[in-house]
Amino acid sequence: MYNEKMLESMRKVAANREANAELEPRRMTADEKDALLAEFHPDYKQNEFAILSIGENKGEKVPTELCELLQAHSRISAADVDLTKVDYETDVLIIGGGGAGASAAIEADEAGAKAMIVTKLRIGDANTMMAEGGIQAADKPNDSPAIHYLDAFGGGHFAAKPELLYKLVNEAPEAIQWLNNLGVEFDKTEDGTMVTTHGGGTSRKRMHAAKDYSGAEIMRTLRDEVLNRGIPVIDFTAAVELILDENGNCAGAVLMNMETKELLVAKAKTVILATGGAGRLHYQGFPTSNHYGATADGLVLGYRVGAKLLYADTLQYHPTGAAYPEQIFGALVTEKVRSIGAKLVNADGEVFMHPLETRDVSAASIIRECNARGKGIETSDGVGVWLDTPMIELKNGEGTIEKRIPAMLRMFGKYGIDIRKEPILVYPTLHYQNGGLDINADCMTKVENLYAAGEVVGGIHGRNRLMGNSLLDIIVFGRDAGRAAAEKAKDVTVGALTLDHMAAFDAERAAAGLETEAISPKLLPTYTHGNPKFEAK
Amino acid sequence: MENMVNVYLFGKKYEVPSNLTIMGAMEYAGYQLVRGCGCRNGFCGACATIYRIKGQNELKSCLACQTKVEDNMYVATLPFFPLEKKVYDIEKIKPTEQIMMQLYPEIYSCIGCNACTKACTQELNVMQYIAYAQRGEYEKCAEESFDCVMCGVCSSRCPAGISHPQVALLARRLNGKYLAPKSAHLENRVQEIKDGTFRELLEALMQKPISEMKELYNNREIEK
Repeated sequence: MYNEKMLESMRKVAANREANAELEPRRMTADEKDALLAEFHPDYKQNEFAILSIGENKGEKVPTELCELLQAHSRISAADVDLTKVDYETDVLIIGGGGAGASAAIEADEAGAKAMIVTKLRIGDANTMMAEGGIQAADKPNDSPAIHYLDAFGGGHFAAKPELLYKLVNEAPEAIQWLNNLGVEFDKTEDGTMVTTHGGGTSRKRMHAAKDYSGAEIMRTLRDEVLNRGIPVIDFTAAVELILDENGNCAGAVLMNMETKELLVAKAKTVILATGGAGRLHYQGFPTSNHYGATADGLVLGYRVGAKLLYADTLQYHPTGAAYPEQIFGALVTEKVRSIGAKLVNADGEVFMHPLETRDVSAASIIRECNARGKGIETSDGVGVWLDTPMIELKNGEGTIEKRIPAMLRMFGKYGIDIRKEPILVYPTLHYQNGGLDINADCMTKVENLYAAGEVVGGIHGRNRLMGNSLLDIIVFGRDAGRAAAEKAKDVTVGALTLDHMAAFDAERAAAGLETEAISPKLLPTYTHGNPKFEAK
Repeated sequence: MENMVNVYLFGKKYEVPSNLTIMGAMEYAGYQLVRGCGCRNGFCGACATIYRIKGQNELKSCLACQTKVEDNMYVATLPFFPLEKKVYDIEKIKPTEQIMMQLYPEIYSCIGCNACTKACTQELNVMQYIAYAQRGEYEKCAEESFDCVMCGVCSSRCPAGISHPQVALLARRLNGKYLAPKSAHLENRVQEIKDGTFRELLEALMQKPISEMKELYNNREIEK
């Protein structure tokens, strides 16, 4: 499968393997990290960002592609919708069917509220399903939520909102227990001790996993539980505009059937946005590890009704996306591969960094190795460095890879690469939206009765997120949002529904002198794979 | 010039670059996918696909996002398959043999044809895990079925009408909740948190100036 040039470099990797496995590379100092990030991390490329001229975050920079969508026209006009004809009525409307949405639905239901999920694809078509490596929780005797807090706060460049991070770490063990009690399987030893490993930037081994299907195991269980509870799931139905009531409180959404394009009205006492991330916007031309529907819809919907964004200018590029073969270009190679012993090695067979620096630092370091230092390996789509997977079994014995990372073995195996015997090529891939909607400790945005949970939220992690804190975040904040929205719904009387915010937003755009033909939310990306017939469009 | 191959999408011929996946080929041909496309990385099971190479007898199945096109491939996607999911209360059921008999009695009609295993897009031993489920061996069923993405191709090939992925999911939930050993350290920590053990420590951290937090972070001890 590998070409001759790759094989030549791979021989150097193999020759150095034993020595490299013994190495304990030095971790970078704070100053070294700052300098590396400033020079090589994509977030620092000023020409890839644009300044918002309208909305709550006017004057702030966001990625160019996101800026266009945030300021775009709606997919509908208010006249298309008869708000007096309500198709769905519920207490808590949950937009998004990933891990956060499902957790919110279960807890809202548990609290006695009538909950409903709408999702533009199927329930479970979400980044949660693709999270491989694991979920953090400080539940070992040598660990504590305070140590977890420090790791996450520092790893996020001291920018996380303390009240949110407090909840993330302090509710983590109970989140694991809740999942386990629902029947989620975790890797355990015979006496029940959780098998935990490091992630980049953790100071204790607190990464819990279910092989390298951690997110899939969580998501399929949550989905099953939603169905067992009889919570309505309206699939292939996207929210295209939020609805406020005459008092300015969020009170539902205009929905669009993805297949028939029929518009529907959902009325609710409280609404939870759980729409996930934005990898499919391919910021800066990066490939992405994200699922098909990750198009920042929740940011757009929220922004238009006056919710505020926090840290929307910071994205996470996962250090190890697949760089080869081209069919899986950009697909996630879980950090767990490094957690269990593989190191990053350059074209000359040299280990060039500690394998478990935080993700932003690791990504920038790989970019530097390939670009500034010219020590990458060329591939059909670009360049990459080696992730020396055979090192895992050299250290931990034969069979470790099949037992601990079977999905990786399978993914590369389909293209004739046996990761037990051959290393793999990796390069950063667009992975996670660090920023998002600003929420308070009750998960509510600036708009009354509009809640948010999961990747659509900003501020929990600061300006970079540690591995395993996102699966944790969707569970902790999904549950909290579900409970809070259900509790709030008890006291809500919905006033007359309006879409007046649309005209107001249009007026603001016109007043700012902005001309754009863009419409949003984007809902799905378009791929044509270089077909000349479609490229002109 | 790219190397091109002919593929037949739902019987209609398209010429596409040979390096594309089946999903990529559909998009190259001009499809804007709504159904049959999810994670695009082999985890969600949305893109179950059945194909046959022209002139060959064997019917193959795969995930469209994880499989390269071949010349003369006849492709039909299976974006939805009506699996039967039984509703139950996980708190009330018990990991006994009876529960499978109650909820999924059709598994005992398995005729041992092994079509499910042959069809599995993840190359799992599906018939074996159904056998474990029949015997109430949920731990083994859970392990054998663990990599299932619930694409449903197995069930589409089953003469007994078994919904294999749902059977496996029930087995895994039973195993995860009732059969796998409990984690004492987890229960202890949850109790400590309920008792407020870490509250003061955390609140103190939350109030420290950033300079002090940097000092703590940069000098923290890292477990080997």
